[in-house]
Parts: sequence; structure tokens; C-alpha cells
Amino acid sequence: MESKLLVKDKQIVIPGEDLAVGYDFLPGRGTFRTGESIRSKVLGQVRLKEKLVNVISLSGVYIPKPGDGVIGVVDDVQTTFWVININSPYKGILLLSEAVKEFVEVSKTDIARYFDIGELIYTKVINVTKSKIVTLSMMDPRAKKLRGGRIVTIIPSRVPRLIGKKGSMIEMIKEKTGCQIVVGQNGVVWLKGEREDLATKAILEVEKESYTSGLTERIARLLEEG
Amino acid sequence: MKAGAPEKLIIDGKRLDGRGIEEMREIEARIGVLKRADGSAFFRFGNTRALAAVYGPRQLHPKYLQDPKKALIRCKYNMAPFSSYERIRPGVSRRSIEISKILTEALSQVVFVEEFPRAAIDVFVEIIQADASTRCAALNAAALALADAGIPMKDLVSSCAAGKVDGEIILDVAGLEDNYGEVDMPVAMTPRDENIVLLQIDGILTKEEFEKALDLARKGCKKVYEAQKAALKEKYIEVDEDE
Repeated sequence: MESKLLVKDKQIVIPGEDLAVGYDFLPGRGTFRTGESIRSKVLGQVRLKEKLVNVISLSGVYIPKPGDGVIGVVDDVQTTFWVININSPYKGILLLSEAVKEFVEVSKTDIARYFDIGELIYTKVINVTKSKIVTLSMMDPRAKKLRGGRIVTIIPSRVPRLIGKKGSMIEMIKEKTGCQIVVGQNGVVWLKGEREDLATKAILEVEKESYTSGLTERIARLLEEG
Repeated sequence: MKAGAPEKLIIDGKRLDGRGIEEMREIEARIGVLKRADGSAFFRFGNTRALAAVYGPRQLHPKYLQDPKKALIRCKYNMAPFSSYERIRPGVSRRSIEISKILTEALSQVVFVEEFPRAAIDVFVEIIQADASTRCAALNAAALALADAGIPMKDLVSSCAAGKVDGEIILDVAGLEDNYGEVDMPVAMTPRDENIVLLQIDGILTKEEFEKALDLARKGCKKVYEAQKAALKEKYIEVDEDE
């Protein structure tokens, strides 16, 4: 049986659509195999990587995976841990031991003095169990509390486009607006600076047009015009 | 206006609304019609209009319903009070509970529920105008809304009704044919592999008639699928222009 690719790179496909037949191709992200054919699981855009066929979803929620940097809001403070809303169907657990380096005598301390309800943090996902229990950590050089500024939420699957190749897109927005920007893999973007409005506009434009080509130039123009 | 029972439902091979016996009503499908939902869709069969909204996957409450192995799909079918000739009493009815259940079961067959343990996927379908085959329209809209929400699925679900009026097997039962016809048979299937995910019969068919009706419904589902496919791709058409 001869293997054959049925789609082009960057093509929009729908759930159940055949992408390739035969065993010379491998089902990647957003795809599944039934018998000889590889099909798409989602409404998305095809990305070919040699023999690997991926489909990048055009929408959907954030599903945490270890190593992701995410922006979350403290939802609840318990005696030894915090519950963090990470813009996902699953809440994150931040243990005291993963958040504070010093010794804390739990019986005598209210740990809300470190992180209180409603505060914004950039944190790392360190573990995700099979039934999606998510543990977070602040023991990372980039993890920090985010003070002031504003947040913009975009579709999580479009975050890579906002960051761009080696951070090109986000660096350009930072440079041209002079804003401080932190992008969470969960689609939450924090920004702070004089020209927040312009940066927000650019970010939302990237989200809207994420599946088109020649986007970097268009965003550059949008930023120039102010 | 609601008319009394007509003497004949098929005259010279033409139905009351002028269609041939194997002809479907006009189909219209659109996605992303509701701004605040995670996914939404509109589907129309002639005068039957359904609006579907999908929320989730999201946290499931009450907690005892959570399944550590898979997501729970919750489907709610509702007819708007103004959707039919007579006012529909608002709230749940025996009929809406039944349809909600069959929609949930049909959609659970195609969604990769094991990817979202402990979560819920909520599907709300509102019938804004009813003229027979509302469950088919509801299912078609719901499948589109799920795809729009980015939920992984094995395939879409396409649905269409077949029936029997004046002794003839017909496709896409509408209006008076539903009220005064002999049989109404809604069918839903995954269009690629033709796995049937919903089949109900209201009336009596012989084996031969059933096979003919099923075959006709299958053809109808294919047509519905083409409309669904076009609706999904239409939203992101700009890509092709760029190339």
C-alpha cells in the first residue's frame, strides 16, 4: 500500500477529515489514526513536519502540560497551599514548599501574606496527572508576582503565533510600544506600560489573524500608525 | 396558520410544499453566531431553525458527577415559546428531556471525551422555529458548535429525517407531513464511516420500506454534511486568498 498525503501545509481542515493514508506518515498533535488513514480531530490548520502530520486547533481551552509558563489568579488560600485559576478547566495547586524558600511555621502563619486572593502570578506547571491534577511552582527564575498593568486573554492555541519565531512578534510589540509584556501559555497576557492600549490592539489583532500569512508586516504597520 | 388534515399529501409526485419525494428543504449552516459562547452554530432546514451554543470543556459541578476518566457531555434541548403554531409552555417537558438525552448520547459517540477528565462540555440547543425534524436540526447545529469550540471529535454528526406519507417513502419530513403522515424516522450518522448514532421510528414500516427509508436518510445526511463542511471552512476562508 502506497502512502499518500491528502492535504497541503497550512490548509484548514475539519474534524474527521482525511489527512493522509498509509503508514509512512505519523499522526501528530490534533490527529488520530483509524486503520490506514490519519484524520483530523479538530477544526484547525495543517502543519507538516517531515513525516509528522499535525493540526493546530483554531480554538479551544488550555490544557496544562508540564513545563508551561502560565499566568494565574489566586482563587483560594488554604493552610499549606494556594488554588490558582489558570484559565483552564483545571485549577492549579501551588504548594507552600514550591512557593516560598524560607521556613514557614504553618500553625502560626497566614500564608496569604505571600500570595493573597485575587493576586496575579506568573508560574510554572511542574506536574500534571492523568486525571489532570495540576501542580505549580514558583521555583523558577521567571516566576514572579505581577503587580499593576492589565490582562488580555486570547485563544491558547494561538499563543505560539503571538510569540512568533524565536519571540520575534512579541519582541516587536514590546519594542514599539515600550510595554512590559508577559505571555502565559494558557492564553493570558499581562502588560504594563504607557501605551497599553496600542499593545492590546496589536495582541488582539494577532489573535484574530493568527492563521494568515504575512502577519508580522501587518502588525508592524499597525504599530507604526499607532 | 394551522390547517386541517389535507386529503392527500402527495399530488402528482409533488409534496405540499412543491418538493419531489426525494428532495430536501433548503439548508443553511453558519458557525460562530454567538459571541460569548466558546462555540456556536445556526442550522436551518426550510422553516426549522436551531441555534446551538457550546461551553467548555469546563469545571464540572456538582462534583459527584465528575468522572476521573472522561468528560461529561450535557446537552439541553429547548423549544422557544414562540417556535410553533401553539405556544410552547416554557420549561422542561417529557419531550425535551427525551431529545436532550438522545442528543447527548449521539454526541458522546464522536467526542474524544477521555481527553478532558473530570470536565463538562455543555451544549445548549434552542429551537427558534419548529417545522418538523427539530431534533435533526438540533444535532446538526450542535455538531457544528462543538467543532467551532475546538473540541476534538472523531467526525461530525449529520442528521436528516426520512418518512412515509401516502404510502411513499420520502426524504426530510416537513410540516403537515409530520402531523398527518404515516412514519417519521430521524437518522443521524457520522458522515465518513456512516456509523449510525441516532435512529428513531414513529410509525410502522415493513423491512423493505425501512431499508429504503434508511438509504434515503443516508443520502440526506451526505447533503447535510456538505453544508456543514462549507460552514466550517467559510469562517477561515482568507487563508486560501493569501496563497
